[in-house]
Amino acid sequence: MPTRNDRLAQLLLVVVFFGGWQLATTVGWLDTFFFPKPSDIAIQIADWIVSPDFYKHLFTTLSETVLGYVIGTGLGVGGGIWLGLSPRAAFVLDPFIKTLNAIPRVVLAPLFVLWLGLGIWSKVALAVTLVFFITFFNVVQGVREVNPAVLANARILGASRKELLRHVYIPAAASWILSSLRTSVGFAVVGAVIGEYLGASAGLGYLISQAQGNFNPTGVFAGILILAAFVLLIDVVLDFVEKRLITWRPKVEQARAT
Amino acid sequence: MLNPRSRVELEPVPVAPPQTKVAIEGLKMAFGDYVAVRDVNLRVGDGEFLAIVGPTGCGKSTILNAIAGLLEPSGGSVSIGGDPVAGVQRRIGYLFQQEALMPWKTALENVEIGLTFRKVPVDDRRAQARAWLAKVGLRGMEGRYPHELSGGQRKRVQMAQALITRPEVILMDEPFSALDIHTRHLMQSELLALWQEDRRAVVMITHDLEEAISLADRVCVLSAGPESSVVGDFKVTLDRPRDVAEIKLEPEFTELYRDIWSTLKREVEKSHAYAK
Ligand SMILES: Nc1ncnc2c1ncn2[C@@H]1O[C@H](COP(=O)(O)OP(=O)(O)OP(=O)(O)O)[C@@H](O)[C@H]1O
Ligand SMILES: [Mg+2]
Repeated sequence: MPTRNDRLAQLLLVVVFFGGWQLATTVGWLDTFFFPKPSDIAIQIADWIVSPDFYKHLFTTLSETVLGYVIGTGLGVGGGIWLGLSPRAAFVLDPFIKTLNAIPRVVLAPLFVLWLGLGIWSKVALAVTLVFFITFFNVVQGVREVNPAVLANARILGASRKELLRHVYIPAAASWILSSLRTSVGFAVVGAVIGEYLGASAGLGYLISQAQGNFNPTGVFAGILILAAFVLLIDVVLDFVEKRLITWRPKVEQARAT
Repeated sequence: MLNPRSRVELEPVPVAPPQTKVAIEGLKMAFGDYVAVRDVNLRVGDGEFLAIVGPTGCGKSTILNAIAGLLEPSGGSVSIGGDPVAGVQRRIGYLFQQEALMPWKTALENVEIGLTFRKVPVDDRRAQARAWLAKVGLRGMEGRYPHELSGGQRKRVQMAQALITRPEVILMDEPFSALDIHTRHLMQSELLALWQEDRRAVVMITHDLEEAISLADRVCVLSAGPESSVVGDFKVTLDRPRDVAEIKLEPEFTELYRDIWSTLKREVEKSHAYAK
């Protein structure tokens, strides 16, 4: 845990960074066209926060992120468990999965807009393609690395296939699944925002792209900061969930000591 | 005094040989081209405690896995209670050499899991699991996860977990070898007490010849691999119930030890020579 001094140091860093930035723009070392004043960014953020329109955008991005995340991880966990358990299918499908994963997802965005329109579903689809593979590969790994002694023991104790899945494979893969869930949140946001940026009528990505279209760098920076806060918030929620779900793992500090 | 008729009754009544529980016939186990064991013939009677000793890598665990149905024989047959072994056996209890508890379940949940799989109602299995934990000396540890228990405590949980389903045959693969000497002695006598209470067929693998003699009714010696087979079969006639700590002082124990060791030593030396 960070001590009070660590916290102070962190605060100091923030103050120095933004203070320095503010100073540099006021004195004229930085061109405010490329690097708007932090105070202006703050004003812009405040402006947005008080306008009800902003919440429409926030809600749009949030729904796209959540939908992309839930669908992507759901498919990833399901597919990962299935392929992890059947080496044959994994062997046959391997080259196709690798090929699909090799496609830069951004180039799919225009296709999704074409197929699914400018609404939220084209963004959800983009987020899904990003999230799916991260979860999928982690789950396959998690299922394959189940301790063989634990597995043999459960089988001898009488576990059926379904019970093995529930009592052995899924809990064993749980920490892999959770860690991939953490990573994929960021990707769900990326998918949603890029989708909006490339063609939409609402969302944080749309806000940023509009600000850019109006040559309003302050708006772009404000959008970026809000996005960062957005992802951090989701991360805090996941942190809480993870602590609740995996109670059986030794605490990190404890594990380091032993 | 005896009348003439009673002489008939005094004639030795033929004692029925204990019913065979595990029968291994002409067993061959191979991994690809490597033949680990071949021509292994072993019989374990109902309620008999058999110990298997042998040099490292000779195929002891492999034989146990064949009995458990975890590995398929390349030749010969294994049967339990007359039924040929095909697929993983649920009528046995297996105490693994490795840690085999589910780290995501508490001690209580680990012990009751065999009953969970057998669809025993939750109240009933909780009660049984608590009783078993108490039996292996872990009262009050029900809610701990394996990483919160010591090595010896984890072995006890594993023992309770394997025995709660009342298996017909108990397989143990060097169950105590990872424990310190005091804990090992303690657990040996606890095991003997449990077994004395409810005699089942036991097959125990061990590196420790003293352990084999003090616990078992019979000690089998496996030869050095590859193509290992049974080269010695010794009956242990020491009285029961036994005191694990004191039995080593008896002359009969020392004599048995010398006998078995002379066979085992030859195989151990062979395996060393082979390794070079
Ligand atoms: N999955 C496997 N693939 C190939 N060879 C194997 C496999 N499992 C075991 N063996 C080989 O079979 C032989 C017997 O192995 P086994 O584990 O039964 O030995 P062991 O007698 O239990 O040894 P230890 O006393 O060291 O536990 C060894 O030489 C080992 O290398
Ligand atoms: Mg072994």
